[in-house]
Amino acid sequence: MGVNVPIENRDILQTKTQLKKERFRLFVRRFLNNRLALIGSSIMIFLLLFVSFSLLFMNSSPLEIDPANRLHAPSSEHWFGTDTFGRDLFSRVVHGGFVSLAVGFSATIITAIIGMIIGLYASYYKFLDHILMRICDGLLAFPDVLLAIAITAVLGPRPINVVIAITVVKIPTMARIVRSSALVIKEQTYIEALKAQGASSWRTLWMHIAPNTLSPYIVQITNVFASAIILEAGLSFLGAGVPAPEPSWGNILYDGKVVIFNAWWMTFFPGVFIVLSVLGLNLFGDGLRDLLDPHTNKANK
Amino acid sequence: MQESLLEVKNLKTSFSTESGVVTAVDGVTFTVHAGETLGVVGESGCGKSVTAESILQLLNERTTKYEGEINYKGKNILTLNKKQMQQIRGNEIAMIFQDAMTSLNPVFTIGDQITEAITAHMKMGRKEANKKAIDMLSLTGISSPEMRFHEYPYEISGGMRQRAMIAMALVCRPNLLIADEPTTALDVTIQAQILEVINNIKNELNMGIVMITHDLGVIAEVCTHVVVMYLGQVIEDADVESLFSNPAHPYTKGLLQCIPQIDGDRSRQLYTIEGIVPSLDNVPKGCRFSQRCPHSDAKCLNEPPLLEEINDKHKVRCWHYDKI
Amino acid sequence: MKGYFLTRILSLVPVLLIVSVFVFFLIHLTPGDPASVILGPQATPEEVEQLREQMGLNLPLYQQFFEWFTGILRGDLGWSISQNKSVINAFFEHLGPTLSLAVLAQGISIVLAIPMGIIAAKKRGTKIDQSVMVVAMLGLAIPSFLLGLLLMQLFGIKLQWLPVAGYEPLSSGLWEHLKHMIMPAMALGVIQTAVIVRMTRSSMLDVLSTNYIKTAYAKGLKERIIYYKHALRNASIAIITVLGETFGSLIAGAVVTETVFNLPGIGQLVMNSILRRDYEVIQGTILLAVVSYLAVNLVVDMLYGVIDPRVRMSRKG
Repeated sequence: MGVNVPIENRDILQTKTQLKKERFRLFVRRFLNNRLALIGSSIMIFLLLFVSFSLLFMNSSPLEIDPANRLHAPSSEHWFGTDTFGRDLFSRVVHGGFVSLAVGFSATIITAIIGMIIGLYASYYKFLDHILMRICDGLLAFPDVLLAIAITAVLGPRPINVVIAITVVKIPTMARIVRSSALVIKEQTYIEALKAQGASSWRTLWMHIAPNTLSPYIVQITNVFASAIILEAGLSFLGAGVPAPEPSWGNILYDGKVVIFNAWWMTFFPGVFIVLSVLGLNLFGDGLRDLLDPHTNKANK
Repeated sequence: MQESLLEVKNLKTSFSTESGVVTAVDGVTFTVHAGETLGVVGESGCGKSVTAESILQLLNERTTKYEGEINYKGKNILTLNKKQMQQIRGNEIAMIFQDAMTSLNPVFTIGDQITEAITAHMKMGRKEANKKAIDMLSLTGISSPEMRFHEYPYEISGGMRQRAMIAMALVCRPNLLIADEPTTALDVTIQAQILEVINNIKNELNMGIVMITHDLGVIAEVCTHVVVMYLGQVIEDADVESLFSNPAHPYTKGLLQCIPQIDGDRSRQLYTIEGIVPSLDNVPKGCRFSQRCPHSDAKCLNEPPLLEEINDKHKVRCWHYDKI
Repeated sequence: MKGYFLTRILSLVPVLLIVSVFVFFLIHLTPGDPASVILGPQATPEEVEQLREQMGLNLPLYQQFFEWFTGILRGDLGWSISQNKSVINAFFEHLGPTLSLAVLAQGISIVLAIPMGIIAAKKRGTKIDQSVMVVAMLGLAIPSFLLGLLLMQLFGIKLQWLPVAGYEPLSSGLWEHLKHMIMPAMALGVIQTAVIVRMTRSSMLDVLSTNYIKTAYAKGLKERIIYYKHALRNASIAIITVLGETFGSLIAGAVVTETVFNLPGIGQLVMNSILRRDYEVIQGTILLAVVSYLAVNLVVDMLYGVIDPRVRMSRKG
């Protein structure tokens, strides 16, 4: 027996690393097999490359006014046409894309961080839970755009305030998702064991509970990103978001609405980009959910 | 010999899954006569439930493929279309399931779920159907059937739920009942009552029964004939007396030895069959039981045995049954 | 049952309080003096001061809140300075178009989405399922205002089948009214349809894999009965939950869609009030939107009991 134990141990270790490798390989294979995730991420990568390369190599400015060339239809010179002030629409859509994606991305990251903190601590401390969740209930009862409009109206229409508005609107759902999966983990025996060993609450929360909430969290992040893009576009479209003359997909649409009778390209091009980015994120999120959550995976098979 | 009610011939049920085709039932053959109870016994995963559900073609139609024949009253019902199959289900061949709690729809009353089985197969007014349902409920020995009729599944006890299931299955007076572990989820005392109810109704209707179970006690109590399944195949087929007195397959012997004996030597360790059931996508190439069998040799590992007749009442799938 | 709903309604009080506090302080922390905004740049300091006094702006913030909140409890949401009428009146004057839009959009989405979701679940994995899901995916990706603009271009400008924008109340005839509402309702309904289709499909799939559906098949029931009676009844719990949860975004979407089509609804009221810094209107309108959201979800909660006897049971105790 005494001789056997280390050998068995080594075996176990070997099987363990093998298992890990196997699992990773399986994940990669399933990712490649998962059409949703694949298409979604391709769309996102395409958009990012498109926007960044265009920004790098473009020589026309999104703000340069050219009154002689007002409202020209798409041509070889102006790929997407020109707007009311003769500005190059391609350059505006690309710059607007940068602004919209940047606003959406910042809002998503901030939401994700704050949402994680609130969700984790609410799951761990009963009294915090009551307070924080009632506040979340309150915020969730607002129609999202209405709340966002009110916030940007108060703070003023600037990109940073759009980020704040989106963040405030989106935090409650984020926090709830983290909280509900954290509550499940918290009840598990090994967390009890950790507490019994005297592990600090910080350690328990961040080293043991947080990693186990990641699957739904990551999926939710893609959802928040998608709805942040829609919210930004909506706010800017209403004139409560990114202010002119700085372009964003939403405020190009706002300009487009005014000239909708004679310039279809003003609504078409920014529209296509909004749809593509939201579609890409949603597909990616759905694909990830299938990959990460064994339950829905089974249901969709 | 009377004409058989159900004749399953070389039934092969396979599923297409992400990782390829899995054959859960591989060449199962058995016969059921009217008034007879056939037991199908085996460990979980041996394909006995799949066999049961194959008879009524209840498995996912998109991913399941049935081969072979299922002759009901001489007609192969695997060739029937959807509509014809619908008329067989519940009307000619009925089925009851293991877990009555999840097998009854939680949002409809017991009565509603029974009468709907009636109106699916017979032209009958609502009042008449209700009366028939209540009659059937009382036949199952449920207490105050009129009251149960209006109750929801969660409002009654497990035993009553199983009785309601039986009433629902038998209300159209089918000729064949497939009972998939009907007593597994119940207390021992209620188990016996339920088996008695099934048996009584069987005698009254002269039904044939296919009793799926992993419990040899149930087999001994109600069955006339037994089929033992292992990994999707029938490995032994015998009448109840021969099987218990003279089991031929090492696996069956093992199963019988697993039953704790109250009057035996209790200091003896309970018998266990070595190893685990291999998974269906990795079936041994010779005898399917060879890896776990204490008697297996090179032949067993390499050549699959056939189901051979020992006598006219007893068949076995083993190379060495005569030696062990 | 009554007891259950009494506690349920009482539990809304803290939510409402939080919402009121939030709305009030959000609006009142706005930089800039509403009185001078309302009176314009030509106003003398005396006039501004007089208006501030009249609006109660010189009181301490907590006192303003207290007055406002007690007003709400009495059913008084305040006075619109810019329109010179009570907030409640202003709200109900603008409610018609929004309500009509929301009802039509929700109606379209339910009628389209539930059969589509059921068919997709039934034909799971086939071309039909895949195309329904692709359409739903696209629907989710198009914000209502964008779809509104595209529909406007197609049906209003290119084909000229429908008026490009504007509003006719129901009183000028049903068709007149519908003509102006079809496009906005479609624009708003599509995203809602997408959400409900996905929910219907996934909860139908969950239900279809349960044992009681197998029992229903074993009884020899017709597929139509199995799907529309047994499965849908159980799936509808998830479906109405999603209807309740998305009611907020329906209202929000309606507000934005109205702006696209120049419908004189709540959206217009809010946007105009923001421009004119008409605080009380903004506060009151948002608060009423929240109340209607909470009310809808209360109704959803009641419906659970209607659909599922187990819920009814647990609420009795």
